[in-house]
Amino acid sequence: MPAAILLIAFTHYPTVATVIDSLFSKATAIRPSRFVGVLNYQRMLDDPIFWKVLANNAWFALGTIPTSIALAILMALFVNRSIPGRSLVRMAYFTPTVLPMIAVANIWLFFYTPDIGLIDQIASWFGFSGHNWLGDPTTVLPAIMVMTVWKEAGFFMIFYLAAMQNIPPELEEASQLEGATRWYYFRRVMFPLLMPTTLFVLVNAVLNSFKLVDHLFVLTKGGPDNASNLLLYYIFETAFSYFETHFAAALTVVLLILLSVMALLQFFLLDKRVHYR
Amino acid sequence: MSRIDIRELAKQWGLVVAVDQVSFTVAKGSLTVLLGPSGCGKSTILRLIAGLENVSSGSIAIGGNEVTHMDPAKRGVSMVFQSYALFPHLNVRENIIFGLKVRGISQSERHSRLDESARMVGLEELLNRKPAQLSGGQRQRVALARSIVSRRRVCLMDEPLSNLDAKLRAEMRDEIRSLQQKLGLTMVYVTHDQVEAMTMADQVVLLKKGRVEQIGRPHELYERPQTTFAAQFMGSPPMNLLKLDLIEERSALAVACGGTLSPDRLTDGYIGVRPEHVQVGSSGLPVRVSATDYLGAETVLRLAHGGQTLFGKIDGHRRYNPGEQLHVSWSEEAVHRFGADGIRIEDPYRASS
Ligand SMILES: Nc1ncnc2c1ncn2[C@@H]1O[C@H](COP(=O)(O)OP(=O)(O)OP(=O)(O)O)[C@@H](O)[C@H]1O
Ligand SMILES: [Mg+2]
Repeated sequence: MPAAILLIAFTHYPTVATVIDSLFSKATAIRPSRFVGVLNYQRMLDDPIFWKVLANNAWFALGTIPTSIALAILMALFVNRSIPGRSLVRMAYFTPTVLPMIAVANIWLFFYTPDIGLIDQIASWFGFSGHNWLGDPTTVLPAIMVMTVWKEAGFFMIFYLAAMQNIPPELEEASQLEGATRWYYFRRVMFPLLMPTTLFVLVNAVLNSFKLVDHLFVLTKGGPDNASNLLLYYIFETAFSYFETHFAAALTVVLLILLSVMALLQFFLLDKRVHYR
Repeated sequence: MSRIDIRELAKQWGLVVAVDQVSFTVAKGSLTVLLGPSGCGKSTILRLIAGLENVSSGSIAIGGNEVTHMDPAKRGVSMVFQSYALFPHLNVRENIIFGLKVRGISQSERHSRLDESARMVGLEELLNRKPAQLSGGQRQRVALARSIVSRRRVCLMDEPLSNLDAKLRAEMRDEIRSLQQKLGLTMVYVTHDQVEAMTMADQVVLLKKGRVEQIGRPHELYERPQTTFAAQFMGSPPMNLLKLDLIEERSALAVACGGTLSPDRLTDGYIGVRPEHVQVGSSGLPVRVSATDYLGAETVLRLAHGGQTLFGKIDGHRRYNPGEQLHVSWSEEAVHRFGADGIRIEDPYRASS
């Protein structure tokens, strides 16, 4: 029972309250809040910023998730071999993960600063002129994606590493005796055996890509011209900068639906291929 | 074509010497058992033959070709692992033909070879199951089928039966042996179980701490053990070894040994007697019964003389009580004589000093 009370108090009640909120209009000095039905949702469909933010988020997810998963597997494969100073290398890969996103963003802010930032300084040795990575609408989203990949890959690597160490080494030896190349072994044995991890990581990565906002506070505030704005940050702005709480509630409901649909889809689509036991 | 020659093989890991100057030959189509206690280097030798470990020194030849540094897949050996090493995400069929697919063998040939090998080990009904849905014995069969289907002439097995219960182990033992003979495989079989070694082997290589202790046919190891270690490793209960310098009543011992050994020749080293050769009688070495194990067809007596323990295997229906005083003796031919260094002394009549 106490668990149910906590669940209702902290999860179900706010959700329901948000849904109800989203059906009311904004209260002004002359007019109190009143029930408007799906008006907030209609407004959303007509809101170009909403579509822009949604598209940004889709690109953000597409750009970061496959890359960080591929990178995580590569790093885990590398660290899984017996190399000298293995635990040190593992720590090094893991460091980005233990840092808070705000701190990570500050580090990357230094990398990206025009002219005096690390990237521009290195580029200048090779004769490239400075570039305002975060100020240019065409490069700001990729710049943020690179940073996200850098942070997430190390985190996912830990899961892959743990999964790889659970694979008995005889499996590789048996395939080696059969004449399988490393790549064949990876493709036909190791990768399928890593599927449960991949599903877990994938769900996490998708949720993360819609949940991450911390770095936007430090780096771009969603700008320039909403070029790096993501859904959750847009909700935050709507609610706390423009005080459009009811519109923000409607946006939140959409975000919740999106996340649930994606999580369910992944489970149902991948479930069959994952559980080999 | 598929005989294995191992010459002065050695393997070290830093200061750990796992295999030390091991040499032996496995004749084509025969089964050699590598036998020894845990940690004596059996698995390491097998993995060196397979190419899963690098050799420190020495050489390995298969079918007359030097393979010491050759790629494992090119050596023409198949291997059955102790843990079976089945791929958990593939069904039995895919597990068996994994290697054939790797090597790009045509579908029709894969099919016929799969059928043939599945039939040989009795897996026809289970081809669509995943390894997790199989019993231990069935997994073992999949591992066997994977080895058979490869049609490689040399088969290496690392304690393949150690995860099975006693009854199944006896069954699989016979099955592996008859498959090996039917297919004419050259097999190296690792075990620490001397019963497996006795029942299956054409040749036993007994190992101790990475070194060869004795090589021979099972009955040679049993009947003419070259060292006290070999004497005690084969047989259950093991051979009785009496340390001579601890025995006061040398003349009683001489009587127990049939009377032709003079007591002053029984001064140091050991004499060994198999438990089944111990006879209870009115003369010989005085002993006290300390325990009896009734096993149905026979009874194993645990006997004490001074501080030393002897086992005697006698007919099942003779009853003795703990504490009873008896005399034991054995025939002269049953006596094995070992020096103080544990090495066999061939002619007990000339074994004086
Ligand atoms: N990778 C390794 N690194 C260091 N030492 C090893 C390694 N593999 C084996 N050894 C050592 O080599 C010796 C022989 O090991 P091996 O596995 O061959 O024994 P075994 O006879 O197969 O024993 P068991 O019956 O327990 O399987 C052991 O002392 C072991 O500790
Ligand atoms: Mg072993």
